[in-house]
Amino acid sequence: MYDAGKIVPGLVVFLGLATFPVWYNVASGGEARAPEIEKPANSTQCVADAAYMRREHMQVLNAWRDEAVRNADRVFVAADGRRFNKSLTGTCLGCHQQKAAHCDRCHDYLSVTPYCWDCHVDPKGGR
Amino acid sequence: MAFGRRRFFEISGLAALGAAGARVVQLSAQDHPGGPEGSPLTGRRWAMLVDVGKCLGQQGCDKCIQACHRAHNVPSLGNPKDEVKWIWKEPYGEALPEERHPYLPERLAEGRVLVFCNHCDNPPCTRVCPTQATWKRESDGVVMMDWHRCIGCRYCIAACPYGSRSFNWRDPRPFIAQQDPLFPTRTRGVVEKCNFCEERLAKGLLPACVEACPERALVFGDLEDAGSEARHLLETRTALRRKPGLGTQPQVYYLV
Repeated sequence: MYDAGKIVPGLVVFLGLATFPVWYNVASGGEARAPEIEKPANSTQCVADAAYMRREHMQVLNAWRDEAVRNADRVFVAADGRRFNKSLTGTCLGCHQQKAAHCDRCHDYLSVTPYCWDCHVDPKGGR
Repeated sequence: MAFGRRRFFEISGLAALGAAGARVVQLSAQDHPGGPEGSPLTGRRWAMLVDVGKCLGQQGCDKCIQACHRAHNVPSLGNPKDEVKWIWKEPYGEALPEERHPYLPERLAEGRVLVFCNHCDNPPCTRVCPTQATWKRESDGVVMMDWHRCIGCRYCIAACPYGSRSFNWRDPRPFIAQQDPLFPTRTRGVVEKCNFCEERLAKGLLPACVEACPERALVFGDLEDAGSEARHLLETRTALRRKPGLGTQPQVYYLV
């Protein structure tokens, strides 16, 4: 190899810079952790199993949206027979009253910006 | 013996169990937030009747407009070019142009009547919508809007012969004095109009304007229900509709 004396140190420096985020996190002791989500105070049970809701809440909300707006079908019957109004601001935020600590914390961490709040109003104020 | 002591205790025990069970079911149906509210008002052909005489008697009154615009987060942009409106007042001769003539009594010629979306039986706006963001609900005739789907092409605005639809040229949020969290706002680039308070009917409430009118000049009812007050008024009074010659079959009636 020609110029190995320059290329090899150059590659080492490049790899060091490219992997900087990884070893910086390791060195500073902060391991990658999912954000802590605030649990509602007034209820212990969501409209469906928590793991399912964590994974599929966007599909649930899309289905609720279509059924409520387009078919005027506003009542959701949970697997255990409890009945809920299909409403983001009424039902979801009725329990998860801290939108900032429930919705936003995770959405910010994942860098997603769902457009729900462009129209739907957080009863506690804020965007 | 056909009905002994044993049988009596069996039956009374079962009855007590049943009563307790019903109470438990009733309680568990209530003990979580977000349960369904009120039983919905259902009709097969909703219509609005405006008593023109009563409404004209209170020219300065805009309680219905305020109630509607508050309930639906309608912005006041303070600029007729950008204006968003669900109910508003038009001069009599413009609201009902077929009724205009040079000898109109002053009360009518100078009066302004309430207008809103006519929730036509044959709505031209829904036919032109490319995304089916607006459609006539077949169950009760309400011309619905799905703001999630509206792409802001404004074909419906061009198609509506009554000017009942408004476009959000700007972000409406800064122009809403008090946001009601129970109803969404809209975003820039979305069309909106009166929805016959479809969200209130679902909770068993009459439209906000009807409830707000101190003169009871607005009557909301199901025209397919022969016993309704609306049907009774149509049978006993003369009713006009806006631009009936267009064949849109508007369902807002003006009682004169």
